[in-house]
Amino acid sequence: MAASSLSFSPKTITSSPRPKTNPFINHFSHSLQFPIASSTSRAIFTSPTTSIVPRASSVISRATNDAASTNTNTFHGLCYVVGDNIDTDQIIPAEYLTLVPSKPEEYEKLGTYALIGLPSTYTTRFIDENETKTKYKIVIGGDNFGCGSSREHAPVALGAAGVAAVVAESYARIFFRNSVATGEIYPLESEGRLCEECRTGDVVTIEMAESRLINHSTGKEYKLKPIGDAGPVIDAGGIFAYARQTGMIPSQN
Amino acid sequence: MASSAISPTRTSSFINKKDFGRFCFSSTSQLSIHKCKKSSVSKKIVSVMAPQQSERSPATTGSVKTAMTLTEKIMARASEKPHLVPGENVWVNVDILMTHDVCGPGSIGIFKKEFGENAKVWDREKLVIIPDHYIFTSDERANRNVDILRDFCIEQNIKYFYDIKDLGNFKANPDYKGVCHVALAQEGHCRPGEVLLGTDSHTCTAGAFGQFATGIGNTDAGFVLGTGKLLLKVPPTLRFVMDGEMPDYLLAKDLILQIIGEISVAGATYKSMEFVGSTVESLTMEERMTLCNMVVEAGGKNGVVPADTTTFKYLEDKTSAPYEPVYSDQQARFLSDYRFDVSKLEPLVAKPHSPDNRALARECKDVKIDRVYIGSCTGGKTEDFLAAARVFLASVRAISINYFTTSGQTIDSIKTSYLLNSSLRQLILGKKVKVPTFLVPATQKVWMDLYALPVPGSDGKTCSQIFEEAGCDTPASPSCGACLGGPKDTYARMNEPKVCVSTTNRNFPGRMGHKEGQIYLASPYTAAASALTGYVTDPREFLQ
Repeated sequence: MAASSLSFSPKTITSSPRPKTNPFINHFSHSLQFPIASSTSRAIFTSPTTSIVPRASSVISRATNDAASTNTNTFHGLCYVVGDNIDTDQIIPAEYLTLVPSKPEEYEKLGTYALIGLPSTYTTRFIDENETKTKYKIVIGGDNFGCGSSREHAPVALGAAGVAAVVAESYARIFFRNSVATGEIYPLESEGRLCEECRTGDVVTIEMAESRLINHSTGKEYKLKPIGDAGPVIDAGGIFAYARQTGMIPSQN
Repeated sequence: MASSAISPTRTSSFINKKDFGRFCFSSTSQLSIHKCKKSSVSKKIVSVMAPQQSERSPATTGSVKTAMTLTEKIMARASEKPHLVPGENVWVNVDILMTHDVCGPGSIGIFKKEFGENAKVWDREKLVIIPDHYIFTSDERANRNVDILRDFCIEQNIKYFYDIKDLGNFKANPDYKGVCHVALAQEGHCRPGEVLLGTDSHTCTAGAFGQFATGIGNTDAGFVLGTGKLLLKVPPTLRFVMDGEMPDYLLAKDLILQIIGEISVAGATYKSMEFVGSTVESLTMEERMTLCNMVVEAGGKNGVVPADTTTFKYLEDKTSAPYEPVYSDQQARFLSDYRFDVSKLEPLVAKPHSPDNRALARECKDVKIDRVYIGSCTGGKTEDFLAAARVFLASVRAISINYFTTSGQTIDSIKTSYLLNSSLRQLILGKKVKVPTFLVPATQKVWMDLYALPVPGSDGKTCSQIFEEAGCDTPASPSCGACLGGPKDTYARMNEPKVCVSTTNRNFPGRMGHKEGQIYLASPYTAAASALTGYVTDPREFLQ
């Protein structure tokens, strides 16, 4: 039986943001490169142990020899800026919850509705008319991003739309956990109110190793909080993939 | 003023966690429960500092006992650890996993993908599957999702599946319940001391039973389906001490709106909220559920009310499963204490578009409304409808008194008068609602109560009779209804930008359907009073 073949190892992973020193910083290399990826392409993340397709679809991996323990991910692209308390009804309104995220074609469909619940005060559409993916790889928000319903459809819709990372001042608990568990997006925390510093359409780069966000449109740099132990889980593509990669649960045939 | 009734005090710094000498575990006897509660409202006792103790291992001291909160104790027991402190990540054994038609199919999909097509769930009696969200709709995908649940329950021989097949007449489905959080309680799945997880953020409702209950996503639920365990972080606890006699125009919804307004929609993020005090002790189980239901609206991980005789009595005819309540220790560490004198509070609303956008109901008396909605896991229980009926009944009296003080006649002489014309008859029967008033009982049991239970003080009338006389819509089929909008053909969904007073729990943009819709969250008293006037209305206009 499946259950008996699992070995549980407490404290091996955590899915909460923890203010601790980033083990990845020392491994950072200054040779920055931004491979150009089209908004619909899926980059392959490779590690020495296994090869998987990450759900955070626009992850640009700069492969190193110890990729499994070093988070050198960089995200580069346009950002879409929202405010405080963006709840999951705004990320994916309830009428679309009939779509089942574990069904591939419905997963894609969920992506086309990402952030469609934002009020009309947001004059720029997150996904252009007749498009299925967003051109904004990074969403920047304020406090309490993802509050409200526990619907996993929310991080899934963002990931399926082509979002790689959300940068917010803080997250609602279940949204953060669902983001990590699914590996859909990196829920990164900013040190200050980036939603007031950046504008929709600004070109930004997130350097995970440096815990840094660079706004190329304004020329400013901002510090991010390290994602800690949640990073490798998202790198792997979610808790199940991570658990297999690290031997917590047996690999599938 | 409302906010003056609160005084947050930090107690954590006064408590030494290695407080060996003074500590004793609370037993489940009423005596110690009482003792515990008494001390919980006394600032003096918690400020006693124990002498500093050096760290000693269990091997040298025997059984090490560290004071814990109710939530910490449940998680310690569920993770088979002697004690826990907030911040620890532990694998907990899950007593009940609940899922529904919106998140069940996705959770099942993940379970099958990760554990194999032929995998079996960890325990067929610990999984409770409750279709409730999108039931009475012609949306094919929504109907299919209930089919997916049914197929899975048959395949896995799941014991508790509250199925619905005949969508045309819910009464033809004896197994069908309705809103999961209310059904869980009514069917005896909520038990003190246990761990209940569900793929719905309002799973925290079950904390009313003194258990740990919280919402999780599909992926986590898929994991629980296969293993019966989940890695959870132990939350620190905020304690809300509510004392004072509850005025008869207030309901638990007013209390939780007061709290959320105080601490904000992110004030309890990652934290547990424990509700204690003489007011909380006086609340019924359904009212305690209202209190715990909305902790997630403050960002809370879970909410708890310590189990007491009210809890045990409610459970008497609902479960035969043994359960063991636990209670916060006298020296347990709380991140902070908030104190409320409930007797000073006034009826509240949460204005659009956030549950923490608190205002006094009377401050919004000029807000014209288009409709009233009474329903959902937090505001569609039997007592919520009884409360609404009480306001409609009171409106009869309010009008009668006004009339008779000017006419000098008695109610009996008016009733028997052959001169009684139709408008006067209407006056005697009570006020009519001024706006469409939608009633969605949470469960089939609630629906039956509306048609069977006599409303106190009504000479034997039922809620349904009182609602009909007041001109409300006929009570709808039990489900989550329009609380979260749902498919376009959902009953009472806000398909136009209307202004609604609702007994539900969220008023985010678009929550009930239309993005420009405006939702005022309120108690059933306030909702019914507002229905009678067509404006947001303080229920004291009718209840006093």
